[in-house]
Amino acid sequence: MSLTLDDVKRIAHLARIEVGGSEVEGYLAQLSSILGLVEEMQAVNTDGIEPMAHAQDVVLRLREDVVSETNRRDAYQAVAPQVEAGLYLVPKVIE
Amino acid sequence: MLNASLKELSRLLAEKKISSVELTQTFLHRIDVLNPGLNAFITLDTEKSLAQARAADALIAAGNATPLSGIPIAQKDIFCAQGWLSTCGSKMLSNFVSPYDAHVIEQFDRAGAVNLGKTNMDEFAMGSSNETSFFGQVKNPWDVSAVPGGSSGGSATAVAARLAPAATGTDTGGSIRQPAALTGITGIKPTYGTVSRYGMIAFASSLDQAGPMAKSAEDCALLLNVMAGFDSRDSTSLERDKEDYARDLNLPLKGLKIGLPREYFAEGLSPDVAKAVEAALAEYRRLGAETVEISLPNTRLSIPVYYVLAPAEASSNLSRYDGVRYGYRAPEYGGLGDMYQKTRAQGFGTEVKRRIMIGTYVLSAGYYDAYYIKAQKLRRLIAQDFEQAFKQCDVIMGPTSPTTAFKLGEKSDDPVSMYLSDIYTIAVNLAGLPGMSVPCGFGDNGLPVGLQIVGNYFAEAKMLNVAHQYQMATDWHQRMPQGI
Repeated sequence: MSLTLDDVKRIAHLARIEVGGSEVEGYLAQLSSILGLVEEMQAVNTDGIEPMAHAQDVVLRLREDVVSETNRRDAYQAVAPQVEAGLYLVPKVIE
Repeated sequence: MLNASLKELSRLLAEKKISSVELTQTFLHRIDVLNPGLNAFITLDTEKSLAQARAADALIAAGNATPLSGIPIAQKDIFCAQGWLSTCGSKMLSNFVSPYDAHVIEQFDRAGAVNLGKTNMDEFAMGSSNETSFFGQVKNPWDVSAVPGGSSGGSATAVAARLAPAATGTDTGGSIRQPAALTGITGIKPTYGTVSRYGMIAFASSLDQAGPMAKSAEDCALLLNVMAGFDSRDSTSLERDKEDYARDLNLPLKGLKIGLPREYFAEGLSPDVAKAVEAALAEYRRLGAETVEISLPNTRLSIPVYYVLAPAEASSNLSRYDGVRYGYRAPEYGGLGDMYQKTRAQGFGTEVKRRIMIGTYVLSAGYYDAYYIKAQKLRRLIAQDFEQAFKQCDVIMGPTSPTTAFKLGEKSDDPVSMYLSDIYTIAVNLAGLPGMSVPCGFGDNGLPVGLQIVGNYFAEAKMLNVAHQYQMATDWHQRMPQGI
């Protein structure tokens, strides 16, 4: 499975990472070599094996549907890049 | 004092031979002198540390001390600590002063320990050499032209250079054990789910696990006593009774069955590392243990499986860094999409971007089954290897890393060769088992070698016993780098 320059651009877009024109070739080489390493997996027959997501087969806990957090909006927004009147500011989304 | 165990320090504090303020100042002074050359710490805050030390002295004076009260502990910068810069080694969080404490930080606070500072690390814990940090390389105190290992390289160097009596680390694919091995200290990654991940900045959530890094197994036991325990804020935290990890330290090793995986002593293992590990195994036989050959046939697959699963989880976890709620935001951008793309392009380093992109690819439509599900199936085979192996032995031993510390820059341009250096540690994370590294000698270049000890689920007390008995019979763990 080898990647193309267009694949790298598509992956970068999906990951929302801007990749400059001069960087694409470098990522192509590196990502291809990592995928080459990973290719070894395909040689093993895994028919009938259950995928393992977690080391311990624990069931997710449920809790009472009650408020457990206190309001710390000011503290949390103090570390935000841009806030106003308790709201996070981002560039205009809808014209 | 620099080589004193936590138990000795605790006794000196209890007997008022020294105060926590004096102890903290001693280490802060050493950091002042030595850290500029080693770069083990990202953030120091003398005022905060000393305020905690004063509070600890009051606690001790009032007779309310716990075994770690008043002892300064270096915290890996992956743990959020309220009021402290908490960067995870990334430009993305280089301005992030955490508004809350991680569970691990809370536990140390409750025990009356002192936060000595935040240690350097590979960016978002992605690396095996501590060269991917936004805050610069960490140097190995045994040879400042060599890497300390990673990702917990700052913590490892801090303990090895005696800049801190002990430190915390996290281990997703070997990030406690490998740097412990490369700097000649002791570290343990407990069973997945033992230490809460709340407030520990996420890399690969199904693999990430925190643990102590210290000078000895006994110290690690005391630290793990504080770190471990159920926490409802981590959905994978295990509901188990509190245990005393130091309870079995003094049991004799007669009859202990040590499994030696033939795959861990095969091609790729440096002869000087093999020699030091063989000598450690001979010492174990003298202590009454017997060794049996075992097989972990899927060891080779652990690297490909890991480099699908960990990047997949990372690509999901790191999607939160979008320049909206915290952390870095690009100074100039057009629309919202452009803001995301520029923020992430500028805020993440190269290795992190590579892994996010690999993860994005293996999770994308059309490739999910071939990569992600395939890797999860192989993960089960790897875990089953250990299940079979533990029918024949009590613990598994082998080298932690195939070589001693490599040179700074030696592997930094070749991600695949860097990944291969984790061959002996990764499978343990995939299986969720506890693993530790104990210093067991030196290689041809005079750099430390680590012996890895892997236990069955929840066998931490047994592993610490096995390591402690070895450390009672040897002095590798007490060796310090020259000139330090």
